[in-house]
Amino acid sequence: MKALTTQPLPFHRLVPVAAVVLLAIGLPIFGTPYLIDVGTLVLVYIMLGLGLNIVVGYAGLLDLGYAAFFAIGAYTTGLLMVRYHVAFWLTLPAAGILTALSGIVIGTPTLRMRSDYLAIVTLGFGEIVRIAATNFTFTGGPEGVYGIPHATIGRLVLRSPQALYWLGMAFALVVLVGSYNLARSRLGRAWLAIREDEAAAQAAGIYPVYYKLLAYVLGAVFAGVAGSFFAVKLTAINPSSFTFIQSVTILMVIILGGMGSLPGVILGAAVIIILPEALRAFDRVRMLAFGVGLIVLMLLRPQGLWPSRIGQIVKRAVALSEARAAAEIAAGAPTPE
Amino acid sequence: MDIALQQLVNGLTVGAFYALIALGYTMVYGIIRLINFAHGDIYAAGAFLGLSLYALLALLHIQNPVLTTLLALVVSMGCTGLLGVLLYRIAYRPLLHARLSILISAIGGSLTLEYGLFLIYSPSFLVYPHLFGRAGPALGDLAISWLQVIIFVSSLLLMAALYVLVHRTKIGMAMRALAINQDAARLMGIDVNRVIASTFFLGSTLAAFAGVMTGLYYSQISFLMGFLVGLKAFTAAVLGGIGNIPGAVLGGFLLGILESLAAGYFSSRWKDVVAFVILIVILVARPRGLLGERVVERM
Repeated sequence: MKALTTQPLPFHRLVPVAAVVLLAIGLPIFGTPYLIDVGTLVLVYIMLGLGLNIVVGYAGLLDLGYAAFFAIGAYTTGLLMVRYHVAFWLTLPAAGILTALSGIVIGTPTLRMRSDYLAIVTLGFGEIVRIAATNFTFTGGPEGVYGIPHATIGRLVLRSPQALYWLGMAFALVVLVGSYNLARSRLGRAWLAIREDEAAAQAAGIYPVYYKLLAYVLGAVFAGVAGSFFAVKLTAINPSSFTFIQSVTILMVIILGGMGSLPGVILGAAVIIILPEALRAFDRVRMLAFGVGLIVLMLLRPQGLWPSRIGQIVKRAVALSEARAAAEIAAGAPTPE
Repeated sequence: MDIALQQLVNGLTVGAFYALIALGYTMVYGIIRLINFAHGDIYAAGAFLGLSLYALLALLHIQNPVLTTLLALVVSMGCTGLLGVLLYRIAYRPLLHARLSILISAIGGSLTLEYGLFLIYSPSFLVYPHLFGRAGPALGDLAISWLQVIIFVSSLLLMAALYVLVHRTKIGMAMRALAINQDAARLMGIDVNRVIASTFFLGSTLAAFAGVMTGLYYSQISFLMGFLVGLKAFTAAVLGGIGNIPGAVLGGFLLGILESLAAGYFSSRWKDVVAFVILIVILVARPRGLLGERVVERM
């Protein structure tokens, strides 16, 4: 495994990476405010996608109410800044702690259940959060929270599309590096083991519920941070941003890109945000195309556009050892390694 | 007390809808372990097909309310049943052995049906014909309409018919065999695909019946009507014990009653939360539901 992860990138894999970096730097310099705004939205969905990727891609838990954590983060920042005039940077830990706590509360009892039951419970949780945000008066009801101040760094007010873009980029990069390191840590290997074969992982001394809870809570915190950024980006939030469709959209980001794959998440977020923007003229058929697209993708390319290399390596290794075993049986004599 | 009785009556009506839809969820889950996300939208499609039928019959100057309703029900149930089979053929059958992919495909199916209805019919509410007035049996202060009586009685009859079908016919026996062990059933010469398709057909017809009745009861329908009702019906199925047919009926009525009582005593704005809180509590405290057997995680 070590040799596979530390070898330098070959040229043909370097080209797309360089292109993405150039585009990411060039966009705020040469782009129109509209394009920069779309780019910032892509960054939000990269953060959300990376967070959900930990839950679904790494740990294999289907979460259909992920927008709830996004909402909790956004409302925490929005309410603290508007009602209590707390600085943006101080609302971040608050959003992180609150989303982590709600992740623990909802995850502890449910992560022991069958995986498809978990999907439904998370869906129910997502709906409860949205309905609660609509009905409570302190969350602003259906109108939500508005007049959220901009984030500041010293005297610098982050108001322009460029400033928001760079702030979003900083957040997304932190989340990206965090995800990358998580996948290669002991934790990441434990998740991989649970996802591929829970019984075998348990037999190897990995306690599944604990690691699943960690994945769930970490994913929740990522969404909370994305929500905080979302609140200062839009300066107004309301429950309609946190519907079931939002959860499905985030899920679509990682499925389209390829579950467990970081470049896949980035590609998926870009496609999910840019494609509908490009299809604005066909607004009426957008959601229909979305639904049909999900089915077609599952039928034709369930591994996504840019699937995870780790997953492929594991599959290749399994296929190789099976082929070798078959060859040994065919040869009639086991050959010592 | 009056409020309680009145809400009980309303709850039994709504509960009948939940129960009919929950049956579709529970039968499909029992056989192929799939949460058919699109089932709520199948119910919506049934309501819309029924509306088309009413419109067609009005064009043909057929006015008799009983005759038109019977025709609308039968045709809508048949077409919706076929729609359910089509959904299975296209979106589920190739993915039967990929649990995550099939669930996502089901979400895709749900969106496809919702926004298909949106495009074919209307983005806003559509009005159903008012065929049955508010009149009903005289029972003191209780407001019960004949329509509510019809809904309740016909739903019970349908559920009884389903029970007989599952327990007394050959196809029903095949369904139960499949629910126990698919491979063994196949080895016994059961055409597995046909049986699964018939399950989808049956569940979809029941949902279509609920859809047409919903249209008559609330007198308006919308392309998104199936989303929330579908989730609640699934809750009902889990409440009763998923995979268990009497459980789905019990869960449906229980959920309808609890929700109506909550709407009557607290506020109708929180009505929708009740179902989800029940769902989470049930899944945490008694995941097999009220009548279900212990489910073991399949490896």
